[in-house]
Amino acid sequence: MSRASFALPYWLSAPGAIAILALVGLPLAMTFALSLHPFLPDGSVGGKLTLSNYEQIVSDGYYLAIFARTFALATLVTLVCVVVGVPEAYVLSRLSSRWRAVSIVVVLGPLLVSVVVRTLGWAILLGNEGAINSSLIALGVIDAPLRLMFTFTGVVVALVHVLLPYMVLAVWASLQKLDPATEQAADALGAGHFTVLRRIVLPQVIPGILAGALIVFALAASAFATPAIIGGRRLKVVPTTIFDQFLNELNWPMGAALAATLMALVLSITMIVNAFVERRYKQVFA
Amino acid sequence: MAFLEITGLSKAYDATTVVDSLSLSVGKGEFVCLLGPSGCGKTTTLQMLAGFVAPDRGRIELDGRDITRLRSNQRGLGIVFQSYALFPHMTVAQNVAFGLEMRNVAFGERCTRVADALELVHLGAFAKRYPKELSGGQRQRVAMARALVIQPPVLLLDEPMGALDAKLREDMQFELRALQNRLQITTLMVTHDQAEAMTLADRVVLMNKGRIEQVDQPFDMYSRPNGRFSSTFLGKANVFDGRVGAGGFVVGDTTLPMGPSDVTGDADYIVRPEKVEFCDHDALVRGHVLARAFQGNHWLFQIKTPIGTMQITQVNHGLPLANNGDEVGLRWAPASALVVNKEVLHEQS
Amino acid sequence: MNRIPRALLAFHAIFVLFMLAPLIMVVLVAFTSKGYVSLPFDGASLRWFRAIFDHPEFIAAFQRSVGLAAGSATMAVLLAVPAGMAIAWHRFKGREALLGLLLSPLMVPPIVLGIALLRSLSQIGGSGSIAGLVAAHTVVVVPYVLRLVVACATGVDRNVAHAGESLGASPATVFWRIELPMILPGIAGGWLIAFITSFDELSLTIFVASPSTQTLPVMMYAYIANTIDPLLASISTVMLALTLGAMFLLERLFGLERVLGGKA
Repeated sequence: MSRASFALPYWLSAPGAIAILALVGLPLAMTFALSLHPFLPDGSVGGKLTLSNYEQIVSDGYYLAIFARTFALATLVTLVCVVVGVPEAYVLSRLSSRWRAVSIVVVLGPLLVSVVVRTLGWAILLGNEGAINSSLIALGVIDAPLRLMFTFTGVVVALVHVLLPYMVLAVWASLQKLDPATEQAADALGAGHFTVLRRIVLPQVIPGILAGALIVFALAASAFATPAIIGGRRLKVVPTTIFDQFLNELNWPMGAALAATLMALVLSITMIVNAFVERRYKQVFA
Repeated sequence: MAFLEITGLSKAYDATTVVDSLSLSVGKGEFVCLLGPSGCGKTTTLQMLAGFVAPDRGRIELDGRDITRLRSNQRGLGIVFQSYALFPHMTVAQNVAFGLEMRNVAFGERCTRVADALELVHLGAFAKRYPKELSGGQRQRVAMARALVIQPPVLLLDEPMGALDAKLREDMQFELRALQNRLQITTLMVTHDQAEAMTLADRVVLMNKGRIEQVDQPFDMYSRPNGRFSSTFLGKANVFDGRVGAGGFVVGDTTLPMGPSDVTGDADYIVRPEKVEFCDHDALVRGHVLARAFQGNHWLFQIKTPIGTMQITQVNHGLPLANNGDEVGLRWAPASALVVNKEVLHEQS
Repeated sequence: MNRIPRALLAFHAIFVLFMLAPLIMVVLVAFTSKGYVSLPFDGASLRWFRAIFDHPEFIAAFQRSVGLAAGSATMAVLLAVPAGMAIAWHRFKGREALLGLLLSPLMVPPIVLGIALLRSLSQIGGSGSIAGLVAAHTVVVVPYVLRLVVACATGVDRNVAHAGESLGASPATVFWRIELPMILPGIAGGWLIAFITSFDELSLTIFVASPSTQTLPVMMYAYIANTIDPLLASISTVMLALTLGAMFLLERLFGLERVLGGKA
């Protein structure tokens, strides 16, 4: 009703907006400012502005390797999630409601469980005396336990477990917008089951797949707890390095610079892919 | 002055005029239908009457009182929405009682009036149910009871039967008219269904592109449409383009008879399908049957003639009077035809 | 009934197993009778559950987590519900930008936000304080509440508010008696999701909490860094049980599908 207070929506949203600006916008700006200061040998933060932290990031092989490992990890986890998550979402969307309800609890429930608990479970599974190794040895497949903990592979497996639900959700949401009649139409026109999947279902679901992949990628690149617990001290990724810099080395400026770089990279990739998806698929899904 | 007096009501959104200087007088106890195609402005007019949309210009007077600037919660009108808009978290009884609560009616009296209102719409047994447990028709009746229990001076209905299936709609139409007759409440209803308007209204207000085309009782509007639009919107019509000549109405090479008329020059010639009959001699035009459809109590024929394709209806007396492809002659009484001036195309301003 | 190819069903079964495996592991280990991480093959025991009581610091951390989660969920509701109603029900300039702003915490990696808040809070002497923690968690969960409230409010037929108004209700009455009750499921679901998210939060909390204000996940993380011990498994099992209860509540209130859709 246009006569109701014109300013009402502004009053209603002001508290939330102010809170976000004060607790997200401002701190981020301050952190970025912090990254532009040097870390002095005596352990304090210098006064003048400098890009030295960023220069170090792009020139020092140590940091470059860490970024490379982080993004390689994120890419691998994303790929696995796509390959595994898409078929699972498809199955979920086709299950009868009774089975679907149970499956949802199982597949998406872990989202509500703390990452510490989930990663603890993987630590138990992947350890040298863990269930995986024990069963493989018992089955006679291997003689000595495989090193799974504190390895890249272990981190990938655990991260996939943590992030799969996001992928499944995104693809499932896309599948729900699909008109099942299109599959029936293709079927009536003579297409076999897998042709229908490949030529009719998949193309309509690609925006959902891309959206899910972006979420998984961003979360994988920013993941802290899982790489810290499963990867250990030696397998460094950017988030654990940030932790080190801040709480162990107390080199806050460097930590801030690493954080800013991570966020900038993740955001740029997200925006580029989003723009691509929008342009490519706008006319289909407007 | 009439009970509900609307003068010069106008509303425009950006560059589009939705309602253009609409004036209408509604008498007390009258049932008026606002009829027209989508986008004609009928719903906007209703919303302005209800107080949900502020008019740009114009006046609304109810029983002598100017209510144009009043908010909807001060007008006290009864409104039934197309989607019924029942309060989902309240029972049927609580829904109906809401308006009385707002008027601080005492609990005891409230209960009695709610019970009476529900009896009026035959839903007495459903008082404790929730809207989601009801069928479409039942929800519509609750919406009706909720609007009527406050004893409003005017009842406004926005396509209330739109969501019901055909058979239910017919039943509800009769119930609605019976109710209105009993309560003698001034009613304004918006609809795009011309048959519904003819069934229910004391007077029909035919609208097009924001303006009133014609206001008349249904029978009069049907018998004497004032132009091409009115004749084809309310009922079916055969309309021919031509001019008034010395011996009659000239369409191409044919001259059609016409009754006495003031119209001269280029004009429209209108004749209703049921006024045309098949004949062997003295035919006004000849043609052949293009298509034929059985519609229960009558047959509908499409005949291709030199002056255009004509529609004929014939009451079902057992057998069709012609078959597809037959050569036939058609005639009608000169008095059955109407000659009207060509319409000025209303431009959107 | 849609026919799913056998192969896909088998795949689904393996998928389910994969998703449950670590959680099953945790629960099994919690019941071990031995003093180290092992499966309860020699008989289940409750010793590690009893052991929880020997570690009052975990119980304190649990209480702190619960209080923190309840507090930030409530704060988030107070901030997000009015904003959500404004966004869902009004057209105003800057609406899209506002929505983006209120959802922006989702775009910031928790670890980045953690250090940013550590920095800001230490400037004002609030780092490690409970107030700082509540503020941080509130801002993290606001987007979750907002999404659910906006989704719920958008589905409300605006004519219902009009109907109330036409029957004589003032704008305030329309709000309290009609609009608010209609979005209550969204608010309750949002509160619950916010609670769960705050309770589970780790990466940000590590930076913003101090040793005396540690939450349960942070304390568990610190413990894991040293040793993996069945005690963690039993604590985790308790947390899992509580999560299952919360999921049941969510299903009753709102339908799990819709709520979890809001989580991702």
